[in-house]
Amino acid sequence: MNTNGYLDMELLRFTTAGSVDDGKSTLIGRLLYDSKSIFEDQLEAVKQASESRGNEEMNLALLTDGLRAEREQGITIDVAYRYFATPKRKFIIADTPGHIQYTRNMVTGASTADLAIILIDARNGVVEQTVRHSYISSLLGIPYITVCINKMDLVDFDEKRFDEIRGRYLEMAEKLCIQAEILFIPISAKYGDNVVEKSGNMLWYKGGSLMNLLETVSINHKSGNEDEPMRLPVQYVIRPISNKFPDYRGYAGRMAGGILRVGDTVIIHPSGITSKVKAIMQAEKPLDMAHTPESVAVLLEDDIDISRGDLIVGMGGRQPEVTQTISMMCCWFNPEAMQLGKRYIVKSSVAETVGMVKKIDYKIDVSTLGHISNVENLQMNDIARITLRTANPMVLDNYADNRTTGSLILIDPDSFETVGAGMVTSTSH
Amino acid sequence: MYKLTHLKELESESIYVLREVAAQFERPAILFSGGKDSIVVTYLAYKAFYPAKIPFPLVHIDTGHNFQETLDYRDALVKKLGVQLIVGSVQESIDTGRVKEEKGYNASRNRLQTTTLLDTIEKYKFDACIGGARRDEEKARAKERFFSHRDEFGQWNPKNQRPELWNNFNGKKNMGEHFRVFPISNWTEMDVWQYIYAEKIELPSLYFTHERRCFYRDGQWLAAEPCMTLKPTEEVVTRRVRCRTIGDITCTGLTISEANNLEDIINEIAATRVTERGGRADDKRSETAMEDRKKEGYF
Repeated sequence: MNTNGYLDMELLRFTTAGSVDDGKSTLIGRLLYDSKSIFEDQLEAVKQASESRGNEEMNLALLTDGLRAEREQGITIDVAYRYFATPKRKFIIADTPGHIQYTRNMVTGASTADLAIILIDARNGVVEQTVRHSYISSLLGIPYITVCINKMDLVDFDEKRFDEIRGRYLEMAEKLCIQAEILFIPISAKYGDNVVEKSGNMLWYKGGSLMNLLETVSINHKSGNEDEPMRLPVQYVIRPISNKFPDYRGYAGRMAGGILRVGDTVIIHPSGITSKVKAIMQAEKPLDMAHTPESVAVLLEDDIDISRGDLIVGMGGRQPEVTQTISMMCCWFNPEAMQLGKRYIVKSSVAETVGMVKKIDYKIDVSTLGHISNVENLQMNDIARITLRTANPMVLDNYADNRTTGSLILIDPDSFETVGAGMVTSTSH
Repeated sequence: MYKLTHLKELESESIYVLREVAAQFERPAILFSGGKDSIVVTYLAYKAFYPAKIPFPLVHIDTGHNFQETLDYRDALVKKLGVQLIVGSVQESIDTGRVKEEKGYNASRNRLQTTTLLDTIEKYKFDACIGGARRDEEKARAKERFFSHRDEFGQWNPKNQRPELWNNFNGKKNMGEHFRVFPISNWTEMDVWQYIYAEKIELPSLYFTHERRCFYRDGQWLAAEPCMTLKPTEEVVTRRVRCRTIGDITCTGLTISEANNLEDIINEIAATRVTERGGRADDKRSETAMEDRKKEGYF
């Protein structure tokens, strides 16, 4: 075996949202099964569990629904992560329940995804659920949306039907201002058409299979490029205070944008002080440059006060905002409603402060995507644009520019639960 | 042209998680079992804080039924890294009457470990316990968070987990509560082996083929050590075996194998058709055995 080939693979994270009857479980089951990622003992366990529940066919949902309550009630409660690999790539699926009351799970699964698979039943076309899933994928900044028009076998593999749905979808996408790259594939998850292998039933379709797309879609957006502004949030300061390293101060963090080089001049926010990069370390290995999303430790030329929560930024290009007034799209996660004027802990990836919601600008009707104004509070699964005022300045980008430095979570100060998530839309006002 | 490989991405994510633990908690610890997953976690912690020492002790919950090779490896590693080792003894929990030993042929101290673990957490006031569990291992683990909250009784509530978005981890808690943290959540068994191979990480000899006295029970080979009670029909034979995963002796299935280096092991795993926990007696007790143990405070 060529062991090195295995060491050289790329990783793609994708999300699937949908309800039981649209064929999502069947599709995931097929991707796992056809890529030989389901093992014999897992298959045997699912077979036995299906039989003991009186299911006639093997119920592939039992592979992903692992919790006792989920298996008993036959529903998906939470995000389940699934893993499979082909000789070309490794994949992480964030499998989320699609019902409206699980919007928060969908948001969670979408937050780290590179690609979203949206399933449409060819008989029903674009429905309310399609619109909601697409909106959430777009809101969370997923770069690729793959629309799988499923159950093509039930519409006689008809090209016209496919084109019709495609047209309707693109119309909707334009209305929603979806920035993602959108691709369409006609499939039959049940019979495997265009899932792993190209289908002989739809010769009019010139594109590749879904698996082919997953294996080849570019993931260059993840590793940052020269033109992208450099961002390194400081997580932790490494200070060994040992005889061998008496003055070592390594600013540890995970690259969140662009590329950092030794010799670069950088600005440290919020103080605004500048310095030069003396060294970039990856454990004992010195690097000439660091790419997103590597975890590194940076040593600077000057002895300045830097601590957790600071943001190291490149001199050139767009600068982040240092602000106490934040406009953001917020998804509410908690059964206890969001209250105007209540104090919440506001946390970015590494910095935190206290904040208060000053205003709910409007709430999104997730069925029609219309704006609802004059809203007093937010209930669980609501999505709204809000204005937040924080006790200390936060260093932020717009979410559309950077998913790490443009996102926040809200934490209840009493229960310490994560009650909301925010995507910064504008930091100035 | 720069290429972001899956191992680089996973390593970077895990190091980020470990640094978050150091930044957000006062008394974290690594739960070290001597298995490959906790070895990789410890290695990642070494990388995350270099040139400083790992800022957490290693905690080993010793069932008293460990392979000698595991204990030797543990002691050598602790010495090399210069970190503190804390051992929680299940034997002591039995002797002091905290738990009762299971009886019968399939008796295992696996479940008893939970009490010893929670007592150790309580005694040292650990507020974050870092473990090597992975989501691909088991269906209940597939729903686990990186930062997983435990109430004051050490219990997991899978129905009310905190949403975890982006890489924004919320480690806030009330007095007496703690967190379990799983830095290699997103790794698969294959990723772990590839990483061990790529980074040349030293492993206990149990992972490589060796001659061992063993016996066959319920479709798997087990080690014929003094802590195992053999049924009259069971026969001790010598076989060339290795461990695919290492727990204590009572729940570690042995694989008949000639693999004596990492390339051979990677090939063997690429070809296998059963999961690694397929050899774990502790998971076979019921359909949701793992979830039930996790709720009580298991690893």
